[in-house]
Amino acid sequence: MRAIKNFAKKVRKNKILLLMLLPAVVYVITFSYIPMGGIIVAFKRFSFTKGFLGSPWCGLENFRFLFISDKLWPLMRNTLLYNIAFITVGIILEVGFAIIVNELGSKWFKKVFQSFMFLPFFISWVVVLAIVDAIFGYDSGIINNLLQSLGMERFNVYVNAAPWPFLLVFFKAWKQTGYGSIVYLAAITGMDQEIVDAAEIDGANIWQRIRYITIPSLKPTIIIMTLLAVGNIFRGDFGMFYQLIGNNSVLLEVGDILDLYIYRAMVSSSNLGMASAAGFYQSILCFFTILAANWMVRKYDPEYSLF
Amino acid sequence: MMTHEKMRKFPRQKTGIKMSSDRVVFSVMGYLLVFLFGMACMIPFYLILISSFASESALLKEGYRLIPSEFSLDSYRWVFRNPARILYSYRNTIFVTTVGTCLSIVLATMTGYVLARRDFPWRNAFALFFFFTTLFSGGMVPWYILCTKYLGFKNNYLGMIMPMAFSVWNMIISKNFMKSIPFDIVESAKMDGADDFWIYIRLMMPLSKPLTATLGLFSALAYWNDWYNSMLFITNKDMQSLQYFLQEMLSSIEALKQLVAKGEMDVVMYETVPQAGMKMAMTCVVTGPIIFLYPVIQRHFVKGLTVGAVKG
Repeated sequence: MRAIKNFAKKVRKNKILLLMLLPAVVYVITFSYIPMGGIIVAFKRFSFTKGFLGSPWCGLENFRFLFISDKLWPLMRNTLLYNIAFITVGIILEVGFAIIVNELGSKWFKKVFQSFMFLPFFISWVVVLAIVDAIFGYDSGIINNLLQSLGMERFNVYVNAAPWPFLLVFFKAWKQTGYGSIVYLAAITGMDQEIVDAAEIDGANIWQRIRYITIPSLKPTIIIMTLLAVGNIFRGDFGMFYQLIGNNSVLLEVGDILDLYIYRAMVSSSNLGMASAAGFYQSILCFFTILAANWMVRKYDPEYSLF
Repeated sequence: MMTHEKMRKFPRQKTGIKMSSDRVVFSVMGYLLVFLFGMACMIPFYLILISSFASESALLKEGYRLIPSEFSLDSYRWVFRNPARILYSYRNTIFVTTVGTCLSIVLATMTGYVLARRDFPWRNAFALFFFFTTLFSGGMVPWYILCTKYLGFKNNYLGMIMPMAFSVWNMIISKNFMKSIPFDIVESAKMDGADDFWIYIRLMMPLSKPLTATLGLFSALAYWNDWYNSMLFITNKDMQSLQYFLQEMLSSIEALKQLVAKGEMDVVMYETVPQAGMKMAMTCVVTGPIIFLYPVIQRHFVKGLTVGAVKG
């Protein structure tokens, strides 16, 4: 009785704060927690007219179809490998350029080229599609015209899957590096300058300074950024893959990822149950990778962990 | 940021002393790498811009080039031959960006403010309630069913606004920022009889200008560049967002042809539609405003990035 009274008193005391929290709570319940409950669709023969609750159950049938179809493994492998490539290339370029930019002397050069590098972050993947067309397009792309003027065959990038793994990694890095390196640059700027000066006086050369002072000081930032990326390692960049690979069946051979597959299954409406099963599977994978990654970082040093 | 600026006033390399060889090697490599990567980032933009001003005959003959042999405004004339859909898309994107950005600023800061209040008894429970959604999700499919079947997002502006209106990460950034504001301010205002909402509006928000600028710019960029929600929910062509409109134009010449035709009777031949130039002009029209705002935005981004670390 007393506990209830106390609780009521607390609620009354904080009623304005609770009311201020209400919109976000309603939002998160609607757009995150209800869809979590909506996972039941994966266990149902879903029909749009009958809805979440009305559709008939079908046990694990959707999952059986998914696993039998033999598609899941290549999709998972692609999603995982692309993300590993993106994360690795991303860290090397972002940290690398942050360190270089920090050491360069010319102020105007830094300013101008940093804003060039930052530019791709501002555009959507749709605009990247236009850029791909301008550079690689078969009829008027700049590279094909160059090839022709050199007396070589034109190369149709839209019917050749081979270069796409590299192109995808390139465009991802192209779009993200400027932004990412600013995050690391902010961390470098916050670094204790006295240590750097002391090292210099002690005769450390620039490579030693970077190796033993700058990089270690960036470690927390690198770990947090990697952890965040690893948590989504089974979730591909839908926007990029949809715009650059899309429905091109040749390119899908090397560029199909879980998210594209789920999207196709979803909009074709043929089997929402199976699409949802694949999505559920993906969410479970993501959930356990982030827990595992965080656990490992925690074991290594609790300071660096996410939660 | 400040300390960095101060540091630079006293450059480390003393003038008159010869640069050591390791520094020379590093500088040469550094300038070269930054130059190459910066150019690789910038040239595509230049290529699109210059190609949008190239004449169609030049484009047909020589394709896209860094310096076209002949310039003309024809591409833009064709794009605006029948401007209704572009203008509608512009209106839609401006509307959605404005409403969405305001909404996301309010939701992130208001929620962050409550969770940053040290005297709010359930702050950890609610923080967990929000944070959990970043770890686990029901996936795209149940979310899509919910939005289309139950919330009526099909051909509804809400479908382009709501999906991005609240982000837990922005909320966490707000929370961390507001935690750094001395709590004494809140306490003394409470002492004077101010209520919690007044403290948020009149005390915390004015002190959080760097925060709101950063959140606002991030959100505005996300809304301006959004094509995904338009693709999922909008079938009515007059309600499309600008980016989705561009996507449609880039991926089908049929769509380009329909766009330039003035009404049913106006039959436009495939051959006469200068598609190479139009694609580039259209891209410029769609990207333009963001690029003009770029210098302002960039400065704020760099400043704002130091606002609130990510750690939950």
